[in-house]
Amino acid sequence: MKALLVGEYREGKLLESTYELIGFAKQLNAEFDLFMVGSKDQLPQVDAKLYLADVTTVGEYNPSLHKQLILEAADKAGADTIVFLHSSSGWDLAPRVALALNAAQVSEVVEVTADGYLLPACNAKLRRTVKSATAKTVVTLQGGAFMAADPGGAPQVEELSSSADGNTEFGGYEQAEAGEVDLGKAEIIVSAGRGVGKPENVEMIQALAKALGGEYGASRPVVDAGWVPHDRQVGTTGQVVSPKLYVACGISGAIQHLAGMKKSEFILAINTDKDAPINEVADVLVVADIKQFAPALTAKLEG
Amino acid sequence: MNILVCIKQVPDMESRFKIAASGTWFEESDLAWRINEYDEFAVEQAVQLKEQLGDSDLTVLTIGPARVKEALKKSLAMGCDRALHVVDDAAHEKDPFQIASTIAAFAKEKSFDVIFTGMQSQDRGSGQVGVLVGELLNIPALTTAVEFACEDGAVTVRRELEGGLKAVVKAQTPALVTCQLGLNTPRYPTLPNIMKAKKKELLEVPVNDLLNEESRLTALSLTYPEKKGSALILEGEISDLVDKVIGILKEKTAVLAK
Ligand SMILES: Cc1cc2nc3c(=O)[nH]c(=O)nc-3n(C[C@H](O)[C@H](O)[C@H](O)COP(=O)(O)OP(=O)(O)OC[C@H]3O[C@@H](n4cnc5c(N)ncnc54)[C@H](O)[C@@H]3O)c2cc1C
Repeated sequence: MKALLVGEYREGKLLESTYELIGFAKQLNAEFDLFMVGSKDQLPQVDAKLYLADVTTVGEYNPSLHKQLILEAADKAGADTIVFLHSSSGWDLAPRVALALNAAQVSEVVEVTADGYLLPACNAKLRRTVKSATAKTVVTLQGGAFMAADPGGAPQVEELSSSADGNTEFGGYEQAEAGEVDLGKAEIIVSAGRGVGKPENVEMIQALAKALGGEYGASRPVVDAGWVPHDRQVGTTGQVVSPKLYVACGISGAIQHLAGMKKSEFILAINTDKDAPINEVADVLVVADIKQFAPALTAKLEG
Repeated sequence: MNILVCIKQVPDMESRFKIAASGTWFEESDLAWRINEYDEFAVEQAVQLKEQLGDSDLTVLTIGPARVKEALKKSLAMGCDRALHVVDDAAHEKDPFQIASTIAAFAKEKSFDVIFTGMQSQDRGSGQVGVLVGELLNIPALTTAVEFACEDGAVTVRRELEGGLKAVVKAQTPALVTCQLGLNTPRYPTLPNIMKAKKKELLEVPVNDLLNEESRLTALSLTYPEKKGSALILEGEISDLVDKVIGILKEKTAVLAK
Protein backbone atom coordinates (compact mmCIF):
# COMPACT_ATOMS: atom_id res chain seq x y z
CA MET A 1 0.00 0.00 0.00
CA LYS A 2 1.15 3.51 -0.79
CA ALA A 3 -1.08 5.92 1.10
CA LEU A 4 -1.73 9.62 0.73
CA LEU A 5 -2.95 10.98 4.06
CA VAL A 6 -5.08 14.10 3.85
CA GLY A 7 -4.34 16.14 6.96
CA GLU A 8 -6.68 18.73 8.43
CA TYR A 9 -6.23 22.40 9.19
CA ARG A 10 -8.83 24.89 10.40
CA GLU A 11 -8.89 28.52 11.50
CA GLY A 12 -5.14 28.81 11.19
CA LYS A 13 -4.30 25.60 13.02
CA LEU A 14 -3.16 22.11 12.23
CA LEU A 15 -5.75 19.72 13.66
CA GLU A 16 -4.52 17.03 16.06
CA SER A 17 -6.62 14.47 14.21
CA THR A 18 -3.95 14.53 11.50
CA TYR A 19 -1.85 12.33 13.80
CA GLU A 20 -4.57 9.67 13.72
CA LEU A 21 -4.02 9.35 9.97
CA ILE A 22 -0.31 8.90 10.57
CA GLY A 23 -1.10 6.39 13.31
CA PHE A 24 -3.25 4.44 10.85
CA ALA A 25 -0.46 4.30 8.23
CA LYS A 26 2.10 3.26 10.85
CA GLN A 27 -0.19 0.57 12.24
CA LEU A 28 -0.46 -0.92 8.75
CA ASN A 29 3.24 -0.44 8.08
CA ALA A 30 2.20 1.41 4.95
CA GLU A 31 4.43 3.71 3.00
CA PHE A 32 2.84 7.17 3.06
CA ASP A 33 3.01 10.80 1.99
CA LEU A 34 0.81 13.59 3.33
CA PHE A 35 -1.26 16.29 1.70
CA MET A 36 -2.55 19.37 3.44
CA VAL A 37 -4.12 22.68 2.78
CA GLY A 38 -2.36 24.65 5.46
CA SER A 39 0.57 26.80 6.31
CA LYS A 40 4.32 26.44 6.67
CA ASP A 41 3.96 27.75 10.22
CA GLN A 42 1.78 24.82 11.23
CA LEU A 43 3.44 21.73 9.84
CA PRO A 44 2.70 18.28 11.21
CA GLN A 45 5.72 16.83 13.00
CA VAL A 46 6.50 13.71 11.02
CA ASP A 47 9.33 12.43 8.88
CA ALA A 48 7.49 12.14 5.59
CA LYS A 49 6.91 13.87 2.34
CA LEU A 50 4.22 16.59 2.59
CA TYR A 51 2.44 18.14 -0.38
CA LEU A 52 1.36 21.52 0.93
CA ALA A 53 -1.12 23.95 -0.64
CA ASP A 54 -1.04 27.39 0.91
CA VAL A 55 -4.30 28.15 2.67
CA THR A 56 -4.03 31.86 1.96
CA THR A 57 -4.36 31.21 -1.76
CA VAL A 58 -6.60 28.12 -1.91
CA GLY A 59 -8.83 28.84 1.12
CA GLU A 60 -9.88 26.63 4.04
CA TYR A 61 -13.08 25.58 2.30
CA ASN A 62 -13.15 25.10 -1.44
CA PRO A 63 -14.00 21.48 -2.22
CA SER A 64 -13.71 21.56 -6.00
CA LEU A 65 -10.29 23.19 -5.83
CA HIS A 66 -9.06 21.03 -2.94
CA LYS A 67 -10.15 17.96 -4.88
CA GLN A 68 -7.89 18.98 -7.78
CA LEU A 69 -4.97 19.51 -5.44
CA ILE A 70 -5.47 16.15 -3.73
CA LEU A 71 -5.61 14.44 -7.13
CA GLU A 72 -2.35 16.11 -8.10
CA ALA A 73 -0.69 15.04 -4.85
CA ALA A 74 -2.06 11.49 -5.20
CA ASP A 75 -0.61 11.29 -8.66
CA LYS A 76 2.79 12.59 -7.61
CA ALA A 77 2.85 10.29 -4.62
CA GLY A 78 1.85 7.28 -6.71
CA ALA A 79 -0.75 6.58 -4.03
CA ASP A 80 -3.20 3.71 -4.31
CA THR A 81 -5.00 4.55 -1.07
CA ILE A 82 -6.17 8.06 -0.17
CA VAL A 83 -6.98 8.41 3.51
CA PHE A 84 -9.19 11.02 5.21
CA LEU A 85 -10.69 11.35 8.65
CA HIS A 86 -14.44 10.71 8.66
CA SER A 87 -15.00 14.34 9.65
CA SER A 88 -16.94 17.28 8.26
CA SER A 89 -14.00 17.88 5.95
CA GLY A 90 -13.32 14.23 5.12
CA TRP A 91 -16.85 13.13 4.29
CA ASP A 92 -17.21 16.19 2.09
CA LEU A 93 -14.04 15.68 0.06
CA ALA A 94 -13.57 11.91 -0.03
CA PRO A 95 -16.44 11.06 -2.44
CA ARG A 96 -15.25 13.75 -4.86
CA VAL A 97 -11.75 12.30 -4.93
CA ALA A 98 -13.05 8.73 -5.16
CA LEU A 99 -15.22 9.51 -8.16
CA ALA A 100 -12.40 11.28 -9.98
CA LEU A 101 -10.14 8.25 -9.41
CA ASN A 102 -12.82 5.69 -10.34
CA ALA A 103 -12.14 4.37 -6.89
CA ALA A 104 -14.28 2.70 -4.27
CA GLN A 105 -14.77 4.64 -1.07
CA VAL A 106 -14.88 2.88 2.26
CA SER A 107 -16.44 5.16 4.88
CA GLU A 108 -15.86 5.35 8.62
CA VAL A 109 -13.36 2.51 8.94
CA VAL A 110 -12.90 1.29 12.50
CA GLU A 111 -10.44 -1.52 11.81
CA VAL A 112 -8.44 -3.08 9.01
CA THR A 113 -8.89 -6.85 8.92
CA ALA A 114 -7.04 -9.57 7.02
CA ASP A 115 -9.51 -9.41 4.15
CA GLY A 116 -10.92 -5.91 4.17
CA TYR A 117 -12.19 -2.96 6.15
CA LEU A 118 -14.48 -3.14 9.15
CA LEU A 119 -17.26 -0.51 9.30
CA PRO A 120 -20.13 0.20 11.68
CA ALA A 121 -23.71 -0.34 10.52
CA CYS A 122 -27.12 0.36 12.03
CA ASN A 123 -25.99 2.77 14.73
CA ALA A 124 -23.06 0.49 15.67
CA LYS A 125 -25.35 -2.44 16.42
CA LEU A 126 -23.71 -4.33 13.55
CA ARG A 127 -20.38 -4.38 11.74
CA ARG A 128 -19.78 -4.77 8.02
CA THR A 129 -16.62 -6.03 6.39
CA VAL A 130 -16.13 -4.78 2.85
CA LYS A 131 -13.39 -4.94 0.29
CA SER A 132 -12.54 -2.53 -2.47
CA ALA A 133 -13.04 -3.85 -6.01
CA THR A 134 -11.09 -1.04 -7.68
CA ALA A 135 -7.38 -0.41 -8.26
CA LYS A 136 -7.40 2.63 -6.00
CA THR A 137 -9.32 3.06 -2.78
CA VAL A 138 -10.46 6.08 -0.80
CA VAL A 139 -10.83 5.51 2.92
CA THR A 140 -12.27 7.63 5.72
CA LEU A 141 -11.36 6.71 9.30
CA GLN A 142 -13.72 6.96 12.24
CA GLY A 143 -12.39 9.55 14.69
CA GLY A 144 -10.65 7.85 17.59
CA ALA A 145 -10.60 4.42 15.97
CA PHE A 146 -6.86 4.53 15.28
CA MET A 147 -4.30 5.54 17.86
CA ALA A 148 -2.71 8.88 17.04
CA ALA A 149 1.01 8.73 16.23
CA ASP A 150 3.30 10.71 18.51
CA PRO A 151 4.45 13.95 16.90
CA GLY A 152 8.12 13.80 15.95
CA GLY A 153 10.29 14.73 13.01
CA ALA A 154 9.91 17.26 10.24
CA PRO A 155 8.23 16.85 6.87
CA GLN A 156 9.89 17.31 3.54
CA VAL A 157 7.62 19.92 1.95
CA GLU A 158 6.69 20.22 -1.69
CA GLU A 159 4.37 23.10 -2.43
CA LEU A 160 1.38 22.72 -4.73
CA SER A 161 -0.49 25.70 -6.04
CA SER A 162 -3.58 26.39 -8.02
CA SER A 163 -5.34 29.49 -9.16
CA ALA A 164 -8.49 27.79 -10.40
CA ASP A 165 -11.80 29.05 -9.05
CA GLY A 166 -14.09 26.77 -7.12
CA ASN A 167 -17.84 26.42 -7.63
CA THR A 168 -18.64 27.43 -4.05
CA GLU A 169 -18.13 30.55 -1.99
CA PHE A 170 -16.92 30.50 1.61
CA GLY A 171 -18.46 33.13 3.89
CA GLY A 172 -16.54 32.52 7.11
CA TYR A 173 -17.07 30.63 10.35
CA GLU A 174 -19.61 31.05 13.11
CA GLN A 175 -18.81 29.88 16.61
CA ALA A 176 -21.64 28.58 18.79
CA GLU A 177 -22.67 31.13 21.38
CA ALA A 178 -21.38 30.49 24.84
CA GLY A 179 -24.19 29.31 27.06
CA GLU A 180 -24.97 29.29 30.75
CA VAL A 181 -22.94 26.22 31.69
CA ASP A 182 -19.56 24.73 31.03
CA LEU A 183 -20.31 21.02 31.15
CA GLY A 184 -16.60 20.35 30.82
CA LYS A 185 -16.22 21.39 34.47
CA ALA A 186 -19.10 19.35 35.87
CA GLU A 187 -18.24 16.32 38.01
CA ILE A 188 -21.62 14.70 37.57
CA ILE A 189 -23.70 14.90 34.41
CA VAL A 190 -27.13 13.38 33.85
CA SER A 191 -28.08 13.47 30.17
CA ALA A 192 -31.46 13.15 28.54
CA GLY A 193 -31.77 11.26 25.28
CA ARG A 194 -34.64 10.81 22.88
CA GLY A 195 -35.84 7.97 25.10
CA VAL A 196 -37.24 10.53 27.57
CA GLY A 197 -40.05 10.85 25.05
CA LYS A 198 -41.31 14.39 25.45
CA PRO A 199 -40.09 17.83 26.51
CA GLU A 200 -41.87 17.78 29.90
CA ASN A 201 -39.85 14.72 30.85
CA VAL A 202 -36.60 16.65 30.69
CA GLU A 203 -37.66 17.91 34.14
CA MET A 204 -37.17 14.49 35.69
CA ILE A 205 -33.64 14.43 34.28
CA GLN A 206 -32.98 17.88 35.74
CA ALA A 207 -34.38 16.69 39.06
CA LEU A 208 -32.11 13.64 39.07
CA ALA A 209 -29.10 15.80 38.20
CA LYS A 210 -29.97 18.08 41.10
CA ALA A 211 -30.44 15.19 43.52
CA LEU A 212 -26.99 13.92 42.56
CA GLY A 213 -25.51 17.40 42.84
CA GLY A 214 -24.62 17.64 39.15
CA GLU A 215 -25.55 19.27 35.89
CA TYR A 216 -27.90 18.01 33.23
CA GLY A 217 -26.96 17.49 29.61
CA ALA A 218 -28.56 15.98 26.52
CA SER A 219 -28.02 14.07 23.32
CA ARG A 220 -28.42 15.82 20.02
CA PRO A 221 -32.05 15.03 19.07
CA VAL A 222 -33.18 16.50 22.40
CA VAL A 223 -31.22 19.67 21.62
CA ASP A 224 -32.33 19.78 17.98
CA ALA A 225 -35.94 19.56 19.14
CA GLY A 226 -35.34 22.62 21.30
CA TRP A 227 -36.00 20.84 24.63
CA VAL A 228 -32.53 21.64 25.96
CA PRO A 229 -30.13 24.44 24.88
CA HIS A 230 -27.14 23.60 22.68
CA ASP A 231 -24.50 24.36 25.29
CA ARG A 232 -25.71 21.25 27.12
CA GLN A 233 -25.26 18.92 24.14
CA VAL A 234 -22.72 16.18 24.64
CA GLY A 235 -20.88 14.79 21.62
CA THR A 236 -18.71 15.63 18.64
CA THR A 237 -20.83 18.62 17.69
CA GLY A 238 -21.35 19.66 21.31
CA GLN A 239 -19.22 19.32 24.43
CA VAL A 240 -16.62 16.69 25.20
CA VAL A 241 -16.90 15.80 28.87
CA SER A 242 -15.20 13.47 31.33
CA PRO A 243 -17.05 13.75 34.66
CA LYS A 244 -16.72 11.38 37.61
CA LEU A 245 -20.23 10.12 36.88
CA TYR A 246 -22.17 10.24 33.63
CA VAL A 247 -25.76 9.05 33.58
CA ALA A 248 -27.14 8.39 30.09
CA CYS A 249 -30.95 8.38 30.20
CA GLY A 250 -32.61 6.94 27.09
CA ILE A 251 -29.52 7.46 24.94
CA SER A 252 -28.67 4.77 22.39
CA GLY A 253 -24.94 5.45 22.29
CA ALA A 254 -24.28 6.62 18.73
CA ILE A 255 -20.58 7.10 17.99
CA GLN A 256 -20.94 10.89 17.90
CA HIS A 257 -22.41 10.83 21.40
CA LEU A 258 -19.87 8.35 22.74
CA ALA A 259 -17.02 10.51 21.46
CA GLY A 260 -18.25 13.20 23.84
CA MET A 261 -18.55 11.15 27.05
CA LYS A 262 -16.70 7.85 26.87
CA LYS A 263 -13.81 9.17 28.96
CA SER A 264 -16.14 9.64 31.93
CA GLU A 265 -14.90 7.79 35.01
CA PHE A 266 -18.14 5.92 35.68
CA ILE A 267 -21.01 5.54 33.24
CA LEU A 268 -24.51 4.53 34.25
CA ALA A 269 -26.97 3.98 31.41
CA ILE A 270 -30.71 3.54 31.62
CA ASN A 271 -32.26 2.09 28.52
CA THR A 272 -35.19 -0.15 27.59
CA ASP A 273 -33.00 -1.80 24.93
CA LYS A 274 -30.40 -4.07 26.46
CA ASP A 275 -28.54 -4.20 23.11
CA ALA A 276 -28.23 -0.43 22.79
CA PRO A 277 -24.61 0.37 21.86
CA ILE A 278 -24.27 2.52 24.98
CA ASN A 279 -23.51 -0.80 26.70
CA GLU A 280 -20.09 -0.78 25.02
CA VAL A 281 -18.94 2.03 27.27
CA ALA A 282 -21.29 1.80 30.24
CA ASP A 283 -20.21 0.36 33.58
CA VAL A 284 -23.80 -0.37 34.49
CA LEU A 285 -26.78 -0.67 32.17
CA VAL A 286 -30.15 -0.57 33.87
CA VAL A 287 -32.79 -2.07 31.62
CA ALA A 288 -35.80 0.04 32.54
CA ASP A 289 -38.15 2.77 31.42
CA ILE A 290 -36.43 6.03 32.28
CA LYS A 291 -39.78 7.61 33.10
CA GLN A 292 -40.16 5.18 35.98
CA PHE A 293 -36.55 4.80 36.98
CA ALA A 294 -35.43 8.45 37.12
CA PRO A 295 -38.17 9.67 39.51
CA ALA A 296 -37.71 6.58 41.70
CA LEU A 297 -33.95 7.12 41.96
CA THR A 298 -34.43 10.84 42.64
CA ALA A 299 -36.95 10.12 45.37
CA LYS A 300 -34.65 7.64 47.07
CA LEU A 301 -31.66 9.99 46.88
CA GLU A 302 -33.70 12.80 48.36
CA GLY A 303 -35.48 10.66 50.87
CA MET B 1 -38.08 25.87 -9.81
CA ASN B 2 -37.61 22.17 -10.23
CA ILE B 3 -36.71 20.42 -6.99
CA LEU B 4 -35.68 16.83 -6.25
CA VAL B 5 -35.38 15.15 -2.88
CA CYS B 6 -33.78 11.72 -2.58
CA ILE B 7 -34.72 9.52 0.35
CA LYS B 8 -34.03 6.05 1.70
CA GLN B 9 -36.14 3.76 3.80
CA VAL B 10 -34.26 2.21 6.73
CA PRO B 11 -35.14 -0.12 9.58
CA ASP B 12 -35.95 1.33 12.98
CA MET B 13 -32.61 1.40 14.78
CA GLU B 14 -34.17 0.12 18.00
CA SER B 15 -34.89 -3.19 16.24
CA ARG B 16 -33.19 -6.43 17.09
CA PHE B 17 -31.18 -7.27 14.01
CA LYS B 18 -30.72 -10.84 12.84
CA ILE B 19 -27.99 -11.61 10.31
CA ALA B 20 -29.50 -13.03 7.10
CA ALA B 21 -28.46 -16.39 5.66
CA SER B 22 -26.39 -14.60 3.03
CA GLY B 23 -24.13 -13.45 5.87
CA THR B 24 -23.77 -10.02 4.30
CA TRP B 25 -27.04 -8.33 5.30
CA PHE B 26 -29.73 -8.52 7.95
CA GLU B 27 -32.99 -10.41 7.91
CA GLU B 28 -35.61 -7.98 6.63
CA SER B 29 -38.71 -9.68 7.98
CA ASP B 30 -39.96 -8.55 11.40
CA LEU B 31 -38.43 -5.08 11.05
CA ALA B 32 -40.30 -1.80 11.23
CA TRP B 33 -39.28 0.55 8.40
CA ARG B 34 -39.22 4.31 8.30
CA ILE B 35 -37.74 7.22 6.38
CA ASN B 36 -34.06 7.68 7.13
CA GLU B 37 -33.96 10.36 9.83
CA TYR B 38 -31.61 12.63 7.86
CA ASP B 39 -33.90 12.40 4.83
CA GLU B 40 -36.91 13.63 6.79
CA PHE B 41 -35.06 16.91 7.19
CA ALA B 42 -34.35 16.86 3.44
CA VAL B 43 -38.02 16.34 2.58
CA GLU B 44 -39.10 19.10 4.97
CA GLN B 45 -36.55 21.54 3.53
CA ALA B 46 -37.63 20.72 -0.02
CA VAL B 47 -41.27 21.32 0.89
CA GLN B 48 -40.39 24.60 2.62
CA LEU B 49 -38.47 25.72 -0.47
CA LYS B 50 -41.44 24.89 -2.67
CA GLU B 51 -43.74 26.82 -0.34
CA GLN B 52 -41.35 29.78 -0.37
CA LEU B 53 -41.14 29.88 -4.16
CA GLY B 54 -44.73 29.09 -5.01
CA ASP B 55 -44.37 28.14 -8.63
CA SER B 56 -42.28 24.99 -8.47
CA ASP B 57 -42.40 21.25 -8.80
CA LEU B 58 -41.07 18.83 -6.19
CA THR B 59 -40.19 15.22 -6.96
CA VAL B 60 -39.29 12.66 -4.30
CA LEU B 61 -37.24 9.64 -5.34
CA THR B 62 -36.29 6.43 -3.65
CA ILE B 63 -34.72 3.13 -4.65
CA GLY B 64 -35.76 -0.20 -3.19
CA PRO B 65 -38.29 -3.03 -3.05
CA ALA B 66 -42.08 -2.63 -2.80
CA ARG B 67 -42.02 -1.62 0.89
CA VAL B 68 -40.31 1.72 0.09
CA LYS B 69 -43.58 3.03 -1.37
CA GLU B 70 -44.62 3.80 2.22
CA ALA B 71 -41.73 6.27 2.49
CA LEU B 72 -42.77 7.90 -0.79
CA LYS B 73 -46.40 8.15 0.34
CA LYS B 74 -45.36 9.85 3.55
CA SER B 75 -43.23 12.32 1.57
CA LEU B 76 -46.15 13.05 -0.75
CA ALA B 77 -48.33 13.66 2.30
CA MET B 78 -45.67 16.03 3.65
CA GLY B 79 -45.98 18.07 0.45
CA CYS B 80 -43.98 16.59 -2.42
CA ASP B 81 -45.80 16.80 -5.77
CA ARG B 82 -44.79 13.53 -7.39
CA ALA B 83 -42.85 10.41 -6.54
CA LEU B 84 -40.51 8.10 -8.40
CA HIS B 85 -39.98 4.58 -7.16
CA VAL B 86 -36.88 3.02 -8.70
CA VAL B 87 -37.75 -0.61 -8.21
CA ASP B 88 -34.83 -2.68 -7.00
CA ASP B 89 -35.35 -5.75 -4.84
CA ALA B 90 -31.59 -5.98 -4.31
CA ALA B 91 -30.99 -2.33 -3.44
CA HIS B 92 -29.12 -3.34 -0.30
CA GLU B 93 -26.48 -5.01 -2.49
CA LYS B 94 -25.74 -1.79 -4.36
CA ASP B 95 -22.83 0.36 -3.28
CA PRO B 96 -23.06 4.15 -2.84
CA PHE B 97 -21.57 4.70 -6.30
CA GLN B 98 -24.30 2.60 -7.93
CA ILE B 99 -27.05 4.33 -5.94
CA ALA B 100 -25.68 7.74 -6.91
CA SER B 101 -25.30 6.69 -10.56
CA THR B 102 -28.94 5.59 -10.62
CA ILE B 103 -30.13 8.92 -9.22
CA ALA B 104 -27.86 10.91 -11.52
CA ALA B 105 -29.10 8.99 -14.57
CA PHE B 106 -32.64 10.02 -13.69
CA ALA B 107 -31.76 13.62 -12.77
CA LYS B 108 -29.54 14.26 -15.79
CA GLU B 109 -32.33 15.09 -18.21
CA LYS B 110 -34.66 16.72 -15.71
CA SER B 111 -32.62 19.87 -14.98
CA PHE B 112 -33.38 20.13 -11.29
CA ASP B 113 -32.41 23.47 -9.76
CA VAL B 114 -31.98 22.20 -6.23
CA ILE B 115 -31.47 18.60 -5.11
CA PHE B 116 -31.69 17.58 -1.46
CA THR B 117 -30.45 14.38 0.16
CA GLY B 118 -29.78 13.36 3.74
CA MET B 119 -26.13 13.63 4.75
CA GLN B 120 -26.00 9.90 5.42
CA SER B 121 -28.24 6.93 6.06
CA GLN B 122 -28.77 5.46 9.50
CA ASP B 123 -28.10 1.88 8.40
CA ARG B 124 -24.96 2.29 6.27
CA GLY B 125 -23.82 5.76 7.24
CA SER B 126 -21.39 6.08 4.36
CA GLY B 127 -22.29 9.71 3.64
CA GLN B 128 -21.33 9.37 -0.01
CA VAL B 129 -24.47 9.35 -2.14
CA GLY B 130 -25.34 13.06 -2.02
CA VAL B 131 -21.86 14.29 -2.87
CA LEU B 132 -21.50 11.68 -5.63
CA VAL B 133 -24.78 12.76 -7.24
CA GLY B 134 -23.56 16.36 -7.25
CA GLU B 135 -20.24 15.35 -8.77
CA LEU B 136 -21.85 13.10 -11.39
CA LEU B 137 -24.13 15.97 -12.44
CA ASN B 138 -21.23 18.39 -12.24
CA ILE B 139 -23.03 20.79 -9.90
CA PRO B 140 -21.84 22.15 -6.53
CA ALA B 141 -22.60 19.91 -3.56
CA LEU B 142 -22.87 21.54 -0.12
CA THR B 143 -22.81 19.01 2.70
CA THR B 144 -23.96 18.79 6.32
CA ALA B 145 -26.43 21.69 6.20
CA VAL B 146 -27.97 22.84 9.49
CA GLU B 147 -29.41 26.01 7.94
CA PHE B 148 -30.60 26.60 4.39
CA ALA B 149 -31.67 29.63 2.36
CA CYS B 150 -32.35 30.09 -1.34
CA GLU B 151 -32.44 33.53 -2.91
CA ASP B 152 -31.75 35.02 -6.33
CA GLY B 153 -30.66 31.75 -7.87
CA ALA B 154 -28.17 30.89 -5.14
CA VAL B 155 -28.29 28.62 -2.11
CA THR B 156 -26.59 29.50 1.16
CA VAL B 157 -26.13 26.93 3.87
CA ARG B 158 -24.51 26.73 7.24
CA ARG B 159 -22.36 23.62 7.27
CA GLU B 160 -21.88 22.02 10.62
CA LEU B 161 -18.28 21.31 11.56
CA GLU B 162 -17.03 19.82 14.83
CA GLY B 163 -17.50 21.25 18.33
CA GLY B 164 -20.30 23.70 17.55
CA LEU B 165 -18.47 25.50 14.74
CA LYS B 166 -20.33 26.31 11.51
CA ALA B 167 -19.16 27.47 8.11
CA VAL B 168 -21.25 29.70 5.85
CA VAL B 169 -21.07 28.52 2.25
CA LYS B 170 -22.86 29.57 -0.90
CA ALA B 171 -23.29 28.24 -4.42
CA GLN B 172 -25.23 29.16 -7.54
CA THR B 173 -28.03 26.83 -8.55
CA PRO B 174 -28.25 24.18 -9.80
CA ALA B 175 -26.83 22.82 -6.58
CA LEU B 176 -27.14 19.86 -4.27
CA VAL B 177 -27.47 20.07 -0.48
CA THR B 178 -27.04 17.23 2.03
CA CYS B 179 -29.10 17.69 5.18
CA GLN B 180 -27.92 17.22 8.75
CA LEU B 181 -30.07 16.52 11.82
CA GLY B 182 -31.76 19.62 13.22
CA LEU B 183 -31.93 21.50 9.91
CA ASN B 184 -35.63 22.15 10.52
CA THR B 185 -38.61 20.52 12.22
CA PRO B 186 -40.08 17.89 9.90
CA ARG B 187 -43.86 18.17 9.79
CA TYR B 188 -46.31 15.39 10.50
CA PRO B 189 -48.58 14.68 7.56
CA THR B 190 -52.15 15.72 8.34
CA LEU B 191 -55.10 13.48 7.51
CA PRO B 192 -56.36 15.71 4.65
CA ASN B 193 -52.86 15.76 3.19
CA ILE B 194 -52.59 11.99 3.49
CA MET B 195 -55.85 11.74 1.52
CA LYS B 196 -54.65 14.23 -1.08
CA ALA B 197 -51.37 12.37 -1.45
CA LYS B 198 -53.26 9.30 -2.65
CA LYS B 199 -54.10 11.15 -5.86
CA LYS B 200 -50.54 12.27 -6.57
CA GLU B 201 -48.39 10.68 -9.24
CA LEU B 202 -46.27 7.74 -8.10
CA LEU B 203 -44.28 6.32 -11.01
CA GLU B 204 -42.22 3.16 -11.07
CA VAL B 205 -39.12 2.53 -13.09
CA PRO B 206 -37.02 -0.66 -12.99
CA VAL B 207 -33.51 -0.02 -11.71
CA ASN B 208 -31.96 -1.55 -14.82
CA ASP B 209 -33.39 1.28 -16.91
CA LEU B 210 -31.14 3.68 -15.03
CA LEU B 211 -28.16 1.74 -13.72
CA ASN B 212 -25.26 0.60 -15.88
CA GLU B 213 -22.46 0.54 -13.35
CA GLU B 214 -20.75 -2.31 -11.53
CA SER B 215 -20.30 -2.20 -7.78
CA ARG B 216 -16.97 -0.85 -6.59
CA LEU B 217 -17.23 -2.46 -3.18
CA THR B 218 -17.55 -6.13 -2.27
CA ALA B 219 -19.50 -6.90 0.88
CA LEU B 220 -17.77 -9.74 2.72
CA SER B 221 -19.75 -10.09 5.90
CA LEU B 222 -22.13 -8.60 8.41
CA THR B 223 -21.43 -9.44 12.04
CA TYR B 224 -22.33 -8.46 15.57
CA PRO B 225 -19.72 -6.30 17.25
CA GLU B 226 -17.26 -8.13 19.41
CA LYS B 227 -18.47 -7.70 22.94
CA LYS B 228 -16.17 -4.95 24.12
CA GLY B 229 -18.37 -3.75 26.88
CA SER B 230 -18.22 -5.12 30.37
CA ALA B 231 -21.38 -3.35 31.42
CA LEU B 232 -23.13 -4.93 34.34
CA ILE B 233 -26.68 -5.43 33.14
CA LEU B 234 -29.40 -4.93 35.74
CA GLU B 235 -32.98 -6.00 35.15
CA GLY B 236 -36.00 -6.32 37.41
CA GLU B 237 -38.32 -4.32 39.64
CA ILE B 238 -37.75 -0.56 39.68
CA SER B 239 -37.35 -0.34 43.46
CA ASP B 240 -34.74 -3.13 43.48
CA LEU B 241 -32.94 -1.49 40.59
CA VAL B 242 -32.82 1.81 42.46
CA ASP B 243 -31.36 0.16 45.55
CA LYS B 244 -28.78 -1.72 43.52
CA VAL B 245 -27.72 1.39 41.63
CA ILE B 246 -27.33 3.40 44.84
CA GLY B 247 -25.25 0.56 46.29
CA ILE B 248 -23.02 0.49 43.23
CA LEU B 249 -22.59 4.27 43.16
CA LYS B 250 -21.59 4.22 46.84
CA GLU B 251 -19.12 1.43 46.27
CA LYS B 252 -17.62 2.40 42.92
CA THR B 253 -17.75 6.20 42.88
CA ALA B 254 -17.25 9.00 45.35
CA VAL B 255 -20.27 10.97 44.19
CA LEU B 256 -22.61 9.93 46.99
CA ALA B 257 -20.03 10.38 49.73
CA LYS B 258 -21.34 13.74 50.85
C1 LIG C 1 -21.97 14.61 12.04
C2 LIG C 1 -22.84 14.21 13.19
C3 LIG C 1 -22.64 14.81 14.41
C4 LIG C 1 -23.42 14.44 15.50
N1 LIG C 1 -23.16 15.01 16.72
C5 LIG C 1 -23.82 14.55 17.81
C6 LIG C 1 -23.53 15.04 19.12
O1 LIG C 1 -22.68 15.93 19.31
N2 LIG C 1 -24.21 14.53 20.17
C7 LIG C 1 -25.16 13.55 20.03
O2 LIG C 1 -25.72 13.11 21.05
N3 LIG C 1 -25.47 13.07 18.80
C8 LIG C 1 -24.83 13.56 17.70
N4 LIG C 1 -25.18 13.07 16.46
C9 LIG C 1 -26.38 12.23 16.32
C10 LIG C 1 -26.15 10.77 16.65
O3 LIG C 1 -25.73 10.09 15.49
C11 LIG C 1 -27.46 10.13 17.15
O4 LIG C 1 -28.47 10.35 16.20
C12 LIG C 1 -27.91 10.67 18.50
O5 LIG C 1 -26.84 10.67 19.42
C13 LIG C 1 -29.03 9.84 19.02
O6 LIG C 1 -29.52 10.39 20.22
P1 LIG C 1 -30.29 9.48 21.27
O7 LIG C 1 -29.41 8.37 21.72
O8 LIG C 1 -30.85 10.37 22.31
O9 LIG C 1 -31.53 8.95 20.41
P2 LIG C 1 -31.79 7.51 19.79
O10 LIG C 1 -30.65 7.00 19.03
O11 LIG C 1 -33.11 7.60 19.12
O12 LIG C 1 -31.90 6.58 21.06
C14 LIG C 1 -32.92 6.63 21.99
C15 LIG C 1 -32.66 5.53 23.01
O13 LIG C 1 -33.63 5.59 24.02
C16 LIG C 1 -34.05 4.29 24.36
N5 LIG C 1 -35.39 4.43 24.92
C17 LIG C 1 -36.55 4.64 24.27
N6 LIG C 1 -37.56 4.76 25.14
C18 LIG C 1 -37.01 4.65 26.38
C19 LIG C 1 -37.54 4.68 27.70
N7 LIG C 1 -38.85 4.91 27.93
N8 LIG C 1 -36.69 4.51 28.74
C20 LIG C 1 -35.35 4.30 28.54
N9 LIG C 1 -34.83 4.24 27.30
C21 LIG C 1 -35.63 4.42 26.24
C22 LIG C 1 -33.99 3.51 23.08
O14 LIG C 1 -33.84 2.13 23.32
C23 LIG C 1 -32.76 4.12 22.41
O15 LIG C 1 -31.59 3.39 22.74
C24 LIG C 1 -24.43 13.45 15.36
C25 LIG C 1 -24.63 12.88 14.11
C26 LIG C 1 -23.85 13.24 13.03
C27 LIG C 1 -24.06 12.59 11.72
